[in-house]
Amino acid sequence: MASVIATLQICEWSLVLKSESSTRRRLYELLSSMRFAVSVLVVLGIASVIGTVLKQNEPYTNYIVQFGQFWFEFFEFIGLYDVYHSGWFLIILVFLVLSTSLCIYRNTPLMLRELRAFRENAKEVSLRSFSHKYEYHTPYSVEETGSRLAQFLTAHGFRFKTVDQADGGSLFAAKAGSYQRLGYILTHAAIVVICIGGLMDGNLIFKAQELLGYKKIETRDIPERSVPPESRMSPANLSFRANMTLPEGAGANAAFMRIRDGYLVQDLPFSIALKAFRIEHYETGQPKSFESDIMIIDPEREDPVTATIKVNHPLIYKGIAIYQSDFGDGGSRLDFKVWNILGSHADTMPFTGSVFNKYDVSGGNTPLSVELSDFRLFNILNLSTDGKGKPRNVGPNVTFKVRDAEGQAREYVNYMHPLQLDGRQYFLSGMRSMQQDSYRYLRIPADENGEIEGYMQLRAAMFDRSLYPELVQRVSHLALSSHQEVKDETQQKFEASVMQLLQAFSQGGFGKVAEMIDAAVPQEQRAGAAQAYLKVVTTAAFQAYAMNRERAGLPPAENNEALQLFIEDSLHAMSDSFYYGAPLYLQLTGFDHRQSSGLQLTRSPGKVLVYSGSVLLVLGIFAMIYIRERRIWLLVKPENSRVLFAMSSSRKNRDFDIEFERMRGKLARLLENQQE
Amino acid sequence: MKITYMEDMPEPLFKRLGWLDWGYSLLLLLGGIFAFSQYAEFMDAYEVGILFGAVVVFSMLGWLWKPMRLLLLVVAGISLLAIQLYDGSQASTEQVFLLKYLISSQSAIMWMNVLFVLAMLAYWLGFFARSAFAEKVGSSLVWSAVVMGFVGLMVRWYESYLIAPDVGHIPISNLYEVFILFCLITALAYLYYEGQYAMRQLGGFVLIVINAAVGFILWYTFDRQAYEIQPLVPALQSYWMKIHVPANFIGYGTFALAAMVAAAYLLANKGILASRLPSLTVLDDVMYKAISVGFAFFTIATILGAMWAAEAWGGYWSWDPKETWALIVWLNYAAWLHLRLVKGLRGPVLAWWALVGLLVTTFAFLGVNMFLSGLHSYGEL
Repeated sequence: MASVIATLQICEWSLVLKSESSTRRRLYELLSSMRFAVSVLVVLGIASVIGTVLKQNEPYTNYIVQFGQFWFEFFEFIGLYDVYHSGWFLIILVFLVLSTSLCIYRNTPLMLRELRAFRENAKEVSLRSFSHKYEYHTPYSVEETGSRLAQFLTAHGFRFKTVDQADGGSLFAAKAGSYQRLGYILTHAAIVVICIGGLMDGNLIFKAQELLGYKKIETRDIPERSVPPESRMSPANLSFRANMTLPEGAGANAAFMRIRDGYLVQDLPFSIALKAFRIEHYETGQPKSFESDIMIIDPEREDPVTATIKVNHPLIYKGIAIYQSDFGDGGSRLDFKVWNILGSHADTMPFTGSVFNKYDVSGGNTPLSVELSDFRLFNILNLSTDGKGKPRNVGPNVTFKVRDAEGQAREYVNYMHPLQLDGRQYFLSGMRSMQQDSYRYLRIPADENGEIEGYMQLRAAMFDRSLYPELVQRVSHLALSSHQEVKDETQQKFEASVMQLLQAFSQGGFGKVAEMIDAAVPQEQRAGAAQAYLKVVTTAAFQAYAMNRERAGLPPAENNEALQLFIEDSLHAMSDSFYYGAPLYLQLTGFDHRQSSGLQLTRSPGKVLVYSGSVLLVLGIFAMIYIRERRIWLLVKPENSRVLFAMSSSRKNRDFDIEFERMRGKLARLLENQQE
Repeated sequence: MKITYMEDMPEPLFKRLGWLDWGYSLLLLLGGIFAFSQYAEFMDAYEVGILFGAVVVFSMLGWLWKPMRLLLLVVAGISLLAIQLYDGSQASTEQVFLLKYLISSQSAIMWMNVLFVLAMLAYWLGFFARSAFAEKVGSSLVWSAVVMGFVGLMVRWYESYLIAPDVGHIPISNLYEVFILFCLITALAYLYYEGQYAMRQLGGFVLIVINAAVGFILWYTFDRQAYEIQPLVPALQSYWMKIHVPANFIGYGTFALAAMVAAAYLLANKGILASRLPSLTVLDDVMYKAISVGFAFFTIATILGAMWAAEAWGGYWSWDPKETWALIVWLNYAAWLHLRLVKGLRGPVLAWWALVGLLVTTFAFLGVNMFLSGLHSYGEL
């Protein structure tokens, strides 16, 4: 009884096994099929598109701004910010490798057999069923025919085998271009090799460690030394691609890898110090080369290794390639004059700071801080009005943030030297409240010496209420000089309104003046009033300018076009100052340049595999496309001295038809030619 | 044994070469040696390799495709004449008559543009009027355009050194220059097949895509002054450019050619103009050959690009948009070849695929520069 049950069980088992093996068989068939392979190629192509349409590895805040919170989270969930390292993309790649490997596994034995076989067992019947065949009648003996055919085949690069037939004749089974089949094997093996190499250089090890909870990315902005071990990769890490920024004169032995919204620290087996960084320029101002003089301090060596790296010329040390990849400021020391642009005096305060530092510039009443964020020695701009002129270097600029009591920050960019715009010289200062906005510029006109002082003194005078009585007098004198000498009611009224106008201008520029007009003048007369008011303010500015000169003991200025433009531009600048967002203007007066160099460090053991795979790939493609596999059978039949010629190719195409025709003709001359 | 009956047996390539072939190669070699003796101190080992590699490659090209020999000699002759006329001064462009109106780089390129347009008109006239003569004229015009285009590039190469020795570089470094290269390579590939298949009916079709590029060059010239020679940014200062870019454009050019042949195929397949077009088999064959050449060279170009990237950007693959689109183009034609070679598929499906392939290729070539940003931003519009 027990044995019966056992037998039954075995039967059941074998049934299970059978159905299991047939599912497995079907799966194998599917995965190794052509259709699946082509589908994977297409899916991989489409998946790759996503990462090119959506900018990858941006700071996460950019994505939040772009998509809003809901979609941001959804896209993050499906890994769209780093498509090429996401799980699902990896799975597609794994399927590509799987499909290609199975394809090799399935077809290689067959192909190798084909590669070796001559198919000398072909029967006459089957040869006659070929689409490319021909039968000759030859006057020569079987031996003579045989030797002619052997020479013919050899001359055409065919290798062959002869088999004697039962009827005394013989069969020549020949083939050429068998290595075409090797092309298939090479290309497909190449894909597998390249993918494996690529996966080796991906961040699979970290992914696994992260999944198992050994490692996690660091998202806090903390000094490198304080990053805990679970966010550090050891110097033994097989494959990485990390970045470091070194100011001139500094060194480090750790680099950073940005991952999603955080980073990892990659510890290095040596430290790198930057001695100097250089940018060379072409005459036109475009950068010509970026070079870093670096020094490698290796604990295993006595003396340091020095080298110069530049773009396209990395240094490879202990299997780690060090690239010149970026540059920036390394904490330059900057000197400023601080102007109060809304104040009634032209005094300045000196201020010195270095890039990447934060300074309190409150000056008593309102808390205000300045964060110097960047300094650039060269700025290549195209300032021509039509944009068609040549870009040129406009000199240094500084970028900084001004933060007020509420923590609100605005970003500024100030150029050290005046810039030529529309034929005039301006000190430019850009301002923006949001990182993604573009800068709006305050244009401060340079005075006749090319300095900013002229404007600042004029501005001080225009905003200085203690000067207004005299200013009003002068304006009124000019405006009413053609009228009677007596100080009548009209004149008093006029002077009062000039005073009011100047006060409005000093409170809010032309904007405030416009408000004043809107409040006091009926709509239909506003355009005229604005004209008149503008004229008065301009006259006042001219007088303020003249007063400044008198006080400085200078002769009166010649009233020319340049002066008019200067006054006009100055008034606009004063008016715009109310929208500048900060009461201070930081004039850059000097600097001690200190640069930094961005280095990229990589270790990629998969490179060897990828390159050898690439060589295989190219060899394979050429073999596949340019080696044509052809087979020829020539059956010599003693009966009636006939020769049956049949030809086949793994690829039926036009070339093959043409070659068959040529062969047929040649064989005809070879076998049927009577003269000799 | 006497083997007189073996007279029409094939001979290996070397035995088939005549004294013209050897003379041509000797000239190339002498040219290479001359260049080496003059400029060796400015070249690194790789560039010397590329110089003599070019001697070998162009020798082989001339042996396998005889008209290439004449083309190269004519281009070299005219270019040397132009250089002679320059006499080391940039101002000669405006002063010397022959330079100003014919063979300064800018004039030669303009002539190339004009000749390509005329060639297309001649081909279409020949096509519709069934005039073999007009088609022959078209063919000669394409040859002339190719000559002028290559002269333009050669002279431009020289001119760039006249601006300043450190500005000088091979003119395949920005969108304007590679568009010229694209026109020339597509035209040469077409001329090759025209000779091989002894048919001229496809000229009008192929010249459509070439003249689209010519239109772009003209717009780029007049609207953006793109003809001005710009110095190389540091990332492009590498010998890799000399091999990566031409290999890539052999790919782009032949893919474009294949797409235009595919268009002709689709028309003929519907019976439109079928009597004027070559047979479907021939069209199919040209399409396949162009794509396979393109695929081989595109593969090489992408690999060279990866090797260059490993030297310049710190990694052989960074999923930069240009790289990724190169991969997409590659995958597209890999799938095409699979269907054709393994499945043995023929007919309109593949022709449609090749035509759509041109869109993918164009996007990789141009669209990426226009719409996507990345490391590969040399050709920004």
